[in-house]
Amino acid sequence: MAKTLAEKVWDAHVVRKGDGEGANAQPDLLFIDLHLVHEVTSPQAFEGLRLAGRKLRRPDLTIATEDHNTPTLDIDKPIADLTSRTQIQTLRNNCQEFGVRLHSLGDAEQGIVHVVGPQLGLTQPGMTVVCGDSHTSTHGAFGALAMGIGTSEVEHVMATQTLSLKPFKTMAINVEGTLRPGVSAKDIILAVIAKIGTGGGQGYVLEYRGSAIRALSMEARMTICNMSIEAGARAGLVAPDQTTYDYMFGRPHAPEGAEWDAAVEYWNTLSTDDGAAFDVEVDLDADTLEPFVTWGTNPGQGVSLSANVPSPDDFGDENAKAAAERALQYMGLEAGTPMKDIRVDTVFLGSCTNSRMEDLRAAADIIRGRTKDPNIRMLVVPGSARVRLEAEAEGLDKVFKDFGAEWRFAGCSMCLGMNPDQLEVGERCASTSNRNFEGRQGKGGRTHLVSPVVAAATAVRGTLSSPSDLDPAPESAAVRVDAA
Amino acid sequence: MEKFTTHTGIGVPLRQSNVDTDQIIPAVYLKRITRTGFEDALFAAWRKDPSFILNQAPFSAGSVLVAGPDFGTGSSREHAVWALKDYGFKTVLSSRFADIFRGNSGKQGLLAAEVAQDDIELIWKELENAPGTEVTVDLVSKTVQCGNIVAPFEIDDYTRWRLLEGLDDIGLTLKHEEDITAYEATRPSFKPKTLPARLS
Repeated sequence: MAKTLAEKVWDAHVVRKGDGEGANAQPDLLFIDLHLVHEVTSPQAFEGLRLAGRKLRRPDLTIATEDHNTPTLDIDKPIADLTSRTQIQTLRNNCQEFGVRLHSLGDAEQGIVHVVGPQLGLTQPGMTVVCGDSHTSTHGAFGALAMGIGTSEVEHVMATQTLSLKPFKTMAINVEGTLRPGVSAKDIILAVIAKIGTGGGQGYVLEYRGSAIRALSMEARMTICNMSIEAGARAGLVAPDQTTYDYMFGRPHAPEGAEWDAAVEYWNTLSTDDGAAFDVEVDLDADTLEPFVTWGTNPGQGVSLSANVPSPDDFGDENAKAAAERALQYMGLEAGTPMKDIRVDTVFLGSCTNSRMEDLRAAADIIRGRTKDPNIRMLVVPGSARVRLEAEAEGLDKVFKDFGAEWRFAGCSMCLGMNPDQLEVGERCASTSNRNFEGRQGKGGRTHLVSPVVAAATAVRGTLSSPSDLDPAPESAAVRVDAA
Repeated sequence: MEKFTTHTGIGVPLRQSNVDTDQIIPAVYLKRITRTGFEDALFAAWRKDPSFILNQAPFSAGSVLVAGPDFGTGSSREHAVWALKDYGFKTVLSSRFADIFRGNSGKQGLLAAEVAQDDIELIWKELENAPGTEVTVDLVSKTVQCGNIVAPFEIDDYTRWRLLEGLDDIGLTLKHEEDITAYEATRPSFKPKTLPARLS
């Protein structure tokens, strides 16, 4: 029978088929190939193991890093916040006790858990990947079935290396055409979420397909899969291809020699069969897509950057209307205001959505030779210590610092208010992160989700801007300085 | 886990869609390493507003939360379920739950009951017209009752069975440990292992 990619990966991991059929079906028990762990959602799970006298079944399929709580300045000093410091120390103690590999603050492989896994070559096509973090969907970019889980499930995976999972439905997101200059993967996924809504993917695994997706780099595919959860999806994935293999080859944990050949042979089977049916298909035209930006307080409340702030009356549904009213009030916006007239205070370039080398390069290419709006504070936070090192080797740190941006150490940073990088009440931020929820970046903070190049252009002009809004940069400076 | 069969308690109408887990419990409360004691963190930002529903009697003593669609979206934090439970909620009604939140609820014995939005609207009106009205949620018959309103709700059979029996998930899975071991023996050798660590 013809199968979708997601069904193939699922079927290859069934340890035990659930009993019964239809409404009475019990869930299948699936094997988990990789369990990523961080400090926030693991302490209660480790404690659960200890209380029940259980062991961690597969330390060799488990890896931990520190990211949510970690400061991005003064990382050589003890963490000032005592509860954060305790949580980090608890992870260190637990990893030692249970034999888990841990990349701590200061280590070259430390960083946001979803940047670290792919970078080490631990995320590979056809795997099942879980983490106590909803943005685990990132790893789907490799053709892996990757899901965020809660702490009870973290404990379950620790004890059994399996998860009981309910069957899913499949949704194809077909993106055909060619993106115009200044339009990127972030705009694709923001447009998808605006189209299907924050609950539109609920119960589904999304497969991103079409010529525009095939043309994307691995890092861009990660940006898209990362935000599958913002559409409510259980996971999102892209079939592996030569782009995937080129990215994987030579990474520390990629297979080598004959193992590589065997792996590629298997990976080549990982695409949706011709004739396999999706439960739902959604089409998006890449040719006409514009840079996208959110105006509200959930990631589905987005519009083209060239549009105006919508009015609650634009929404037929009563709940959507009420949500829009509330969002406009929280965001301090008037319906009808051009999005490009909105002045921001802070620009955040970072998070598991957009903190990889290509994101930093794209933003650096925009700001090189240009001047930052004097009222803008800009934070640049590489996704991992390794990304930071690579960026410095290319001189990107100098580009950002010359521009007047702050060049920070790796971590989740201002994506969520768990570490010192937070917005003040009423502060408005153009952010390359993934959530514009009330208070997400700090109590009372106002978030507009944008792509890295829109973030960079906004830092130049001080208002939400696309790269095409910028005056030409001085000729000499606009030429990219290649890595020495 | 405690068995759940039926619960009756004061209903709290939360007329809002897209209640994400950052609202249910802001990230700043996620630094703790315990599994209990999150009652003060529940809706922490909203509770600063005196007009918020949980700041008004008799709703402050509520145990059945009746929310708009897309409840529990966003972050996977199970702390959202812990905070609802610690505050005293036994069940949440919504026409649509985010998958991870629903899963977390099932693991922790918080009943996430999917009720049609039309019925949610009727229950909201009833609770607003007669504050303090009790809602009964019966997991055996899969119905919710509020005043004269009786409405069905959806929940998957497996979660329902586990809640009715109060079963521990890990214990259930470990009954099949032989299957896990057998599966492990068949995994291809090219699949990566985190140990021994290979570094770039």
